Amino acid sequence: MVRVVFLSENDGAIIQTSGLTKKYGDFAAVDGVDLSIKPGEIFGLLGPNGAGKTTLISMLCTTVMPSSGSASINSFDVVARPGDVRRNIGIVFQEQSLDDRLTGRENLELHATLYGLDAATASQRIASVLDLVELKDKADALVRTYSGGMRRRLEIGRGLVHYPKVLFLDEPTIGLDPQTREHIWAYVKDLAKREQITILMTTHYMEEAEMLCTRIAIIDHGKIIALGTPDELKSMLGGETVVLKLRDADTPAVREKVQATFPDAKLFDGSMVLSVKAAEKEISGVLEQARSAGIDVLETSMHRPTLNDVFLKLTGREIRDEKAGTADAMRAFGRMHRH
Amino acid sequence: MTMKNEVMGVYAVWLREFKRFYRDRGNLLGSVARPLMWFLIIGGGLGAAGQQATGGFSYFTFIAPGIIGMTVLFTSLFQGVSVIWDREFGFLKEMLVAPISRVSIVIGKALGGATSSLLQSLLIIGVAYAVGVTMPIAGALAMLPLIVVISVGFTALGLTIASFMDTMEGFNVIMNFIVMPMFLLSGALFPIAATGGLMATAVYLDPMTYGVEALRYAAIGVSSVSPVVSLAVVFAFTAAMSVVATVAFSRRK
Ligand SMILES: Nc1ncnc2c1ncn2[C@@H]1O[C@H](COP(=O)(O)OP(=O)(O)O)[C@@H](O)[C@H]1O
Ligand SMILES: [Mg+2]
Repeated sequence: MVRVVFLSENDGAIIQTSGLTKKYGDFAAVDGVDLSIKPGEIFGLLGPNGAGKTTLISMLCTTVMPSSGSASINSFDVVARPGDVRRNIGIVFQEQSLDDRLTGRENLELHATLYGLDAATASQRIASVLDLVELKDKADALVRTYSGGMRRRLEIGRGLVHYPKVLFLDEPTIGLDPQTREHIWAYVKDLAKREQITILMTTHYMEEAEMLCTRIAIIDHGKIIALGTPDELKSMLGGETVVLKLRDADTPAVREKVQATFPDAKLFDGSMVLSVKAAEKEISGVLEQARSAGIDVLETSMHRPTLNDVFLKLTGREIRDEKAGTADAMRAFGRMHRH
Repeated sequence: MTMKNEVMGVYAVWLREFKRFYRDRGNLLGSVARPLMWFLIIGGGLGAAGQQATGGFSYFTFIAPGIIGMTVLFTSLFQGVSVIWDREFGFLKEMLVAPISRVSIVIGKALGGATSSLLQSLLIIGVAYAVGVTMPIAGALAMLPLIVVISVGFTALGLTIASFMDTMEGFNVIMNFIVMPMFLLSGALFPIAATGGLMATAVYLDPMTYGVEALRYAAIGVSSVSPVVSLAVVFAFTAAMSVVATVAFSRRK
């Protein structure tokens, strides 16, 4: 009876939250989050610092008690069945969680033992992750002698030693160089597919999220403010744009010509920004029209909205703590030379 | 299957404690140097100050079980309290999300504390013989199981304290108001029969008193408290602290 309710409620979801909330005093770090993530998804959580991503993950990992609402992993309630939840998950923490008095290999072995791997499986997996995170040579040195980047890589490797049903990655690749990030993600993606691991990840790198995630939720002030596939989110910004830098764009004559020829165009800082469906296909037509209208084009560029733009539009902030909202209109609309 | 995982979990937690213990060379050296100092300074000084009611044994021999008790108390409490460090440096999270019960973590920690206490006690027994303590080998051996039981109790006490402390800030308070009084009142350094009044009350309220009494009885066959009572209190304390520690450690925020 209960089981039927469970199944219909979960609708095949492996991660399910409903009204999930965490309050610290009056402050809601996570505020009524509803999520339903299907097996095999690589689901991204994007949000500025302090948005509540880590708190949300901590509740799903049973280390933080929800104030209200509910959550389940593989149908196990995080409050009622924490032990069963922990048997289904793995996590790479945002913050350091290694024992620095042990060697890298010992940290991995400890993890394998905690997760009940047999010796043969453990040594094979450990060798494989040490290879992945390029710590083979340093595996037998104490972690306290490691650099920050080495520690981060070891943390990632440790999270990949046992194969959980659900893997949480809380800004795992922060601070690593692009090449390392790239091959770690390739490995993770492959592993997830092969072992049918569902991934819930947060990252500061928008390109990573865009490349990897089947769906993305944008979270701000503890609330989910947008959710969809990367394409769906980007289409919120009205598709692609063609940006033409014009000669004498500020003169009334040119303004008039632009208005007459492209009624939907906007003028910013000497450039004309035109929303189109497919920039690459339409740009030659646009240029043709401009030429016949006598509009002098100095430079052209096309722009596809990135998740960064979506993020900026929804939260008014850049995801990294860069200063937001500068006068540079090109930043919002026409990041140059992107495809 | 699950049981096997829990046993492996206990082993993993224990092994980590053990590795950290034996890698800490400074601590190991201290565990020999400190009792040696106690023997030479306190033992030498007080012993010279006059023959006391030490049951006919030399003062060195009298305080040897006390110094072992002290070491067990300090080592175990610190090992329990070290969970605060685990939390501060983040490693606690790795244990808390692992698929093993909180009980297994507590047991692993307690066995870790007991192992460290046992190894240090063996070193001190060596030091004791070296400075001329006359204690039968059988007596020294009889202390070992007691050391394990006492140590589990105090590691559990340390864990309980750590469960209620979020940072290391309260650490000195614990040292000054829990550990030191427990040690000083325990009769490790003096015969408790000689105390009276309020002091005596405090002595008999200190759980460590019974640990020291039991150790001394095991080692040299003398005690002020009946060994049956001492043993009963030692076991009761360890059992109660184990339950309290497990409950305290399993609380979630
Ligand atoms: N234990 C805590 N006590 C009080 N406030 C907290 C606690 N943990 C997190 N917060 C607050 O909750 C908010 C969300 O934090 P966090 O989940 O770490 O955000 P994110 O991971 O998105 O950067 C932040 O404002 C943070 O200060
Ligand atoms: Mg975070």
